[in-house]
Amino acid sequence: MSTFLAKLPAGRAEAALPDKKPPMSAAEAKLEAERCLYCADAPCTQACPTSIDVPGFIKRIASGNVCGSARLIFAQNLLGTSCSRVCPVEVLCEGACVLEAWQHKPIAIGRLQRFATETARREAPGLLAPGARGGKRVACVGSGPASLAFAATLALEGHEATVYERRALPGGLNTTGVAPYKLHADAALAEVDWVASLGVRIRTSVEIGRDVAAAQLLAEHDAVFLGLGLGEDTKLGIPGEDGPGVVGATAWIEDVKLRGCAQPPLGHVVVVGGGNTAIDVARECAQLGAASVTMVYRRAPADMSGYAHEMEAARKDGVALVAHARPSAVIRDAAGVVKALRVTVAGAERDLSCDLVAMAIGQSKLRAVATQFPGVALDARGCVVADPTTGTTGHPKVFSGGDCVNGGKEVVNAVAEGRNAARHLLRTWSGTHG
Amino acid sequence: MADLSIDVAGIASPNPFWLASAPPANTGDQVMRAFDAGWGGAVWKTLGDPIVNTSSRFGALDYAGGKVMGLNNIELITDRPLAVNLREIREVKRRYPKHAVVVSLMTETKRDWQTLVRKVEDAGCDGLELNFGCPHGMCERGMGSSIGQEPKLIAEIASWVKAVARTPVLVKLTPNTGDIVEAAAAARQGGADGVSLINTIKSLMGVDLERMVPNPRVGDGSTNGGYCGPAVKPIALHMVAAIARGMPRYPISGIGGVATWRDAAEFMALGSSTVQVCTAVMHLGYRIVADMIDGLNEWLDAHGMASARELVGRAVPAYREWGDLDINYKVVAHIDPTTCIGCQKCVVACQDGAHQCIFTGPGDRARPPHAHAPGKARAPVPFPFGAVAGDRVPWVDEPECVGCNLCQLVCPVSGCITMQELPGGPKQTWNERVAAGTARVPGGIHDESDAT
Ligand SMILES: Cc1cc2nc3c(=O)[nH]c(=O)nc-3n(C[C@H](O)[C@H](O)[C@H](O)COP(=O)(O)OP(=O)(O)OC[C@H]3O[C@@H](n4cnc5c(N)ncnc54)[C@H](O)[C@@H]3O)c2cc1C
Ligand SMILES: Cc1cc2nc3c(=O)[nH]c(=O)nc-3n(C[C@H](O)[C@H](O)[C@H](O)COP(=O)(O)O)c2cc1C
Ligand code: SF4
Ligand code: SF4
Ligand code: SF4
Repeated sequence: MSTFLAKLPAGRAEAALPDKKPPMSAAEAKLEAERCLYCADAPCTQACPTSIDVPGFIKRIASGNVCGSARLIFAQNLLGTSCSRVCPVEVLCEGACVLEAWQHKPIAIGRLQRFATETARREAPGLLAPGARGGKRVACVGSGPASLAFAATLALEGHEATVYERRALPGGLNTTGVAPYKLHADAALAEVDWVASLGVRIRTSVEIGRDVAAAQLLAEHDAVFLGLGLGEDTKLGIPGEDGPGVVGATAWIEDVKLRGCAQPPLGHVVVVGGGNTAIDVARECAQLGAASVTMVYRRAPADMSGYAHEMEAARKDGVALVAHARPSAVIRDAAGVVKALRVTVAGAERDLSCDLVAMAIGQSKLRAVATQFPGVALDARGCVVADPTTGTTGHPKVFSGGDCVNGGKEVVNAVAEGRNAARHLLRTWSGTHG
Repeated sequence: MADLSIDVAGIASPNPFWLASAPPANTGDQVMRAFDAGWGGAVWKTLGDPIVNTSSRFGALDYAGGKVMGLNNIELITDRPLAVNLREIREVKRRYPKHAVVVSLMTETKRDWQTLVRKVEDAGCDGLELNFGCPHGMCERGMGSSIGQEPKLIAEIASWVKAVARTPVLVKLTPNTGDIVEAAAAARQGGADGVSLINTIKSLMGVDLERMVPNPRVGDGSTNGGYCGPAVKPIALHMVAAIARGMPRYPISGIGGVATWRDAAEFMALGSSTVQVCTAVMHLGYRIVADMIDGLNEWLDAHGMASARELVGRAVPAYREWGDLDINYKVVAHIDPTTCIGCQKCVVACQDGAHQCIFTGPGDRARPPHAHAPGKARAPVPFPFGAVAGDRVPWVDEPECVGCNLCQLVCPVSGCITMQELPGGPKQTWNERVAAGTARVPGGIHDESDAT
């Protein structure tokens, strides 16, 4: 079987960014697992958006039942492998661990989850078997975590799930966006290949709404799931912004993850924005050897929407922050080469000289495709209106979840929403509605 | 998925995991919650004439940061009226007809035993367990372990019960005895269908040094209690194996320190059909059974066993007398320099507690006088330095290593020290040497020659 992993080009720039949290050996994992108190009504489980039985899976690692551990994780979260690596555990499960309140290091839940799922996937490829074929037919628009969780949940119950992805490689932002030092593109695609082995069909380079009409998709399937994610990087709309030397953050990260190291060495970089994407771009530039990296943020450091622990790590990577700074123009020389970003700080204009400006001020919404599905509504922000616990939209056969509904949260939220929609359908189809 | 269903002495159970007769099996509500969590059976908290308990009754041994390595209790049998227990047993059996409900009993006279047996069997239990094991309180009143320590009494009371019982009878043995096989044989002689073991081990938990009162303290005094939990597992395993070896195919329900599927598998490999759990549930709750079921299933699948029954007794043939072990078998310690963290615990353990054959520093040091290997040894080759732990990686003087395992046991990095097999010559046991007349070791009490 040809895999998506095999289609990934070699020599990618991301290879220069090693894992920040390396995998655990079996001995390390057992020792760490034995430290877990096995709390009742565990706060770590409560803090996990997919409600993984954390003490249960950790206890199984301690007893040497690694496959059982992985099965328990996958029972709630079929993308438990990528989640274990990309989840902001500091503010989720590990942040809730009772050991923290006791001045101890919290249990390394993410790394243990990675150990269990990766070990089981390696040593027991048939851990989860697709259900007998011949159930309902469902389609997903987009192949990000939301769609994959939706499709895999249904495939395991014997339904036919097909995922359509407009890009050449599937996986959504796990493949193209998440910082490589958390999850490299090859690991993301290996997980997609594993999801495919559960019975999910994946069609890439097919854009729904352009190559296949929404109406056709609806006619051919019992249910359609919109896991569109978000669109292009937003622009600031300042003079000099268009042209070489100014990049959108997610577009630039996609280049790092999927393409070779053809770019010239990084010089001085300015990143505009104060969210997690801005911090990610800044850290990636710093780790790739940029001469300097400066983040420009319009309000106070405390107002930044990016996580404090990530900003702390960025500072350790050598990233500087200019707060209360409002960009007004990109300054280019006569040849059009970027020279500086002009900002206003405390009423005074300042030019931050640089060779590259990365815009990380948000992503647009993919309104067009959603509205091709009659009855599907968008809210004022442009997000698809769907119930987060059932995925239901204004069209009885259309469900939705992930970034296109929640406006951009985490992978684990997208997984939870995709899974919830699938479970809602399973309940509906089996007649035990509610 | 393997078939976990099993049978011990004619008592059928959906899986080998039972609650032991103790606080987790005290009431109908508890037993039903345990069955919902996955337990296959339960041995009801011992019934008899209700007793009075003391306040403060447990003590625990914590070890190196781990809680409840061992648990000690001075609790007696049930403190609830018999009629209430019988009503609940009936209710449990009505709601869970496929689960194993065994009732533990303890009383004194023949008439009391036989009346009690009729009452609990009328309530619908699947089997009986005779508590001849409680080593505290009840034994002072002539019951519990005071029976289990007297083979004649074991056989006699078992026969009273067998005379009226319609369901299978297990005798629960006390480890506080000289020869466990003798006790089991007495149970069989009395007609019992099988044995369960071990009950708790007589113990004193510790002393409150400020008050000068042992633990657990009841006002100004304490008493000896019964010890159980992970710390007693090796003792229980030996007793189970001894009976399995001495009385082949006599049904055994193993108890003592079972906390995981692996513990259970070990008990089964040594001859138990079912296992019973008390301390681990008191510590961690009924929920631990989910991993026990799951883990045993995974293990059986991975080892090509379709049924848990195939596991029972598999390791018994390998449990032998010392004199039947292969004296030419040889292993030596090997340190993996890539995973060693350089703590040198193995060095101090070997130098002070074993046979002085692990060293630090370069390998040009002369062999110390305590030599096991005859003749002049060639200079041992140290491990390559500058590996993970730099030149703190110790090295093993292989000819000197007796293969005792101590360094491997103390090494904090699991898998770092492995015991590697060396060719040791043709298999030969001590008993064979004795029979062949080649067993003499030079340097004995009457040997005048200088062995060096
Ligand atoms: C730079 C960056 C870093 C991030 N880092 C983290 C992190 O460390 N941890 C974390 O938990 N989360 C992180 N996130 C957020 C996380 O990636 C998203 O929340 C998650 O991927 C959302 O999943 P999704 O399935 O909703 O959408 P996506 O992952 O965006 O997937 C949507 C997919 O749908 C496809 N698509 C869209 N329209 C169509 C169409 N018409 N036809 C076919 N295909 C279509 C897209 O090409 C895309 O592949 C990060 C996000 C970004 C931008
Ligand atoms: C608090 C407590 C009460 C117990 N009560 C009984 C009892 O009433 N009858 C009995 O046969 N065994 C009793 N036991 C012994 C257990 O059933 C079991 O044999 C012993 O604890 C060993 O198993 P473990 O290591 O899993 O705890 C008791 C044990 C404890 C800790
Ligand atoms: S999915 Fe994420 S939040 Fe949930 S337990 Fe795993 S690492 Fe923690
Ligand atoms: S809160 Fe921490 S210690 Fe408690 S169960 Fe969760 S990981 Fe274990
Ligand atoms: S005990 Fe283990 S880790 Fe420590 S020095 Fe010896 S071999 Fe290395």
